[in-house]
Amino acid sequence: MGILLNIIYLIATVTFIVGLKMLGHPETAKKGNLIGATGMGLAIVGTVFVHGQQVSPLIYILIGAAILIGSIIGWLIAIKVEMTKMPELVSLFNGFGGASAALIGLVEYGKNVNNATQSTTIVSGIIIGAITFSGSLIAWGKLNGSLKSVVRIPYYNIINNLVIIGIVIFAAFMVATGVDSQLLLYGLLATGLIYGILFVLPIGGADMPVVISLLNSLTGIAAAITGILYNNMVMLVGGILVGSAGIILTVAMCKAMNRTLGSVIFGAFGGAATTPGENKALGSIKSTNPSDAAIMMNYANKVVIVPGYGLAVAQAQHVIHELEELLTKKGVNVKYAIHPVAGRMPGHMNVLLAESNVEYNMLVEMEDINPQFSNTDIVLVVGANDVVNPAAHNNPASPIYGMPILDVENAKHIIVNKRSMNAGYAGIENELFYNSKTSMLFGDAKAALTDLVAELKNM
Amino acid sequence: MMNEFLKFIENNLQITYILILAIFVGVEVIKSIPAVLHTPLMSGANALSGVVIVGAILVMLHADPTDYVALSLGFVAVVLGVLNVVGGFAVTDRMLQMFKRKK
Repeated sequence: MGILLNIIYLIATVTFIVGLKMLGHPETAKKGNLIGATGMGLAIVGTVFVHGQQVSPLIYILIGAAILIGSIIGWLIAIKVEMTKMPELVSLFNGFGGASAALIGLVEYGKNVNNATQSTTIVSGIIIGAITFSGSLIAWGKLNGSLKSVVRIPYYNIINNLVIIGIVIFAAFMVATGVDSQLLLYGLLATGLIYGILFVLPIGGADMPVVISLLNSLTGIAAAITGILYNNMVMLVGGILVGSAGIILTVAMCKAMNRTLGSVIFGAFGGAATTPGENKALGSIKSTNPSDAAIMMNYANKVVIVPGYGLAVAQAQHVIHELEELLTKKGVNVKYAIHPVAGRMPGHMNVLLAESNVEYNMLVEMEDINPQFSNTDIVLVVGANDVVNPAAHNNPASPIYGMPILDVENAKHIIVNKRSMNAGYAGIENELFYNSKTSMLFGDAKAALTDLVAELKNM
Repeated sequence: MMNEFLKFIENNLQITYILILAIFVGVEVIKSIPAVLHTPLMSGANALSGVVIVGAILVMLHADPTDYVALSLGFVAVVLGVLNVVGGFAVTDRMLQMFKRKK
């Protein structure tokens, strides 16, 4: 590898660090992304043209074709996708990166079987790549609704642990014996894929942001491992940066739910929690209609809107902005309360509301909004459930016990928009709905809010 | 086992240093990100993990032109890697565009 290519890689590595740093500040984020992309472009072009080896034209044509195909498809998907589909898209792209790492390992294994260090690296790359790929595809399926949200597998923990132990023994055997068998190699790939499926399948709902950031982190680690294999610093540093970013987000998400990473991975949410028939004397619910809700909001001083995943599902981000503008015009003080794990990926609600042009400063994070609920007249909960469930405070038996929540029950009145009385994603009863201060506004979020806006306009 | 490990460190001292320093850089660069940027950060980082494409291109460059297995696996790896890179950066840019518009 020539000195020129090394300099190109060095520049690319620096752009990755600078780009990622700039992504962390609102004013510089867009530029940071472009800087990172430029560095990536340099690294790719450099690798293709400045590698200094004799390569047959056929291979150049194939590489060119592959890059062209991938770019066109990637670009089209990225441009066409609706903003509400963002979590599944990030998962999908993430899975592709993992698959790429696993495929590289498959090709390189045969050439390196006699070198224990290299084959350890390759085998780990295949396993992590495979787990990321199948795990991300399952996450993608769950998020776009084609997979039933929570799948419960009997003896899940035992099976899961056996599979992990099996993979480690399998991999150690391959490295120790240096066996060059395609059958075993693909067998290893298969076990990785199976583990990825087992890992994500039972995880649902509120745990999804944790899983997505964890998978993101794993792809980075897979890239870094490939970097070690090729002694290639841009891959190593790039991969590690992504790995760290993913881990930090994962930890932040876990903290937001007061759960340990282990309990997310090994204790699928709601596993034993939904003992049916436990609806002991929760009281009765009170339902309201758009016209009554509109009257209440019209005469309120302060309204706090709590958006959740249901808002994204119903694509109601634009109409909620309309509602908020209308209320503001009528002199009502309106804020949005954003729970860190509302939605299905870190920061999901922020992206969703940004799409409909909601101002940054109207979005208030949990720690800042919680003390304000006691002087809030009306809280409007739209498509959120677990993040406002008081069981987190007062029911030690609840699977979400201890999770910091939005204390909406301190407000004078709560209006909850929900499609039906079905329990939330985590499958837990929410006694907030039975609170005497709560009125339920049943219906699809978009339809209900549209009616609400129409009523308000007539006042 | 311990000896193997120590030998590995000795043989790869430079890479071990870089690895550890990169972890610290990563943590320092990313910590205390405002929640509003969680999604773009994740998506942008996701695009960066597509750097694995460099490895996929190397696989193809090193492949024997008659080794169809290596070429096809490499080909798919490059396509998937580019998808990750281009799609990831493009979607992040679109997202950040939205954040910007109303300033």
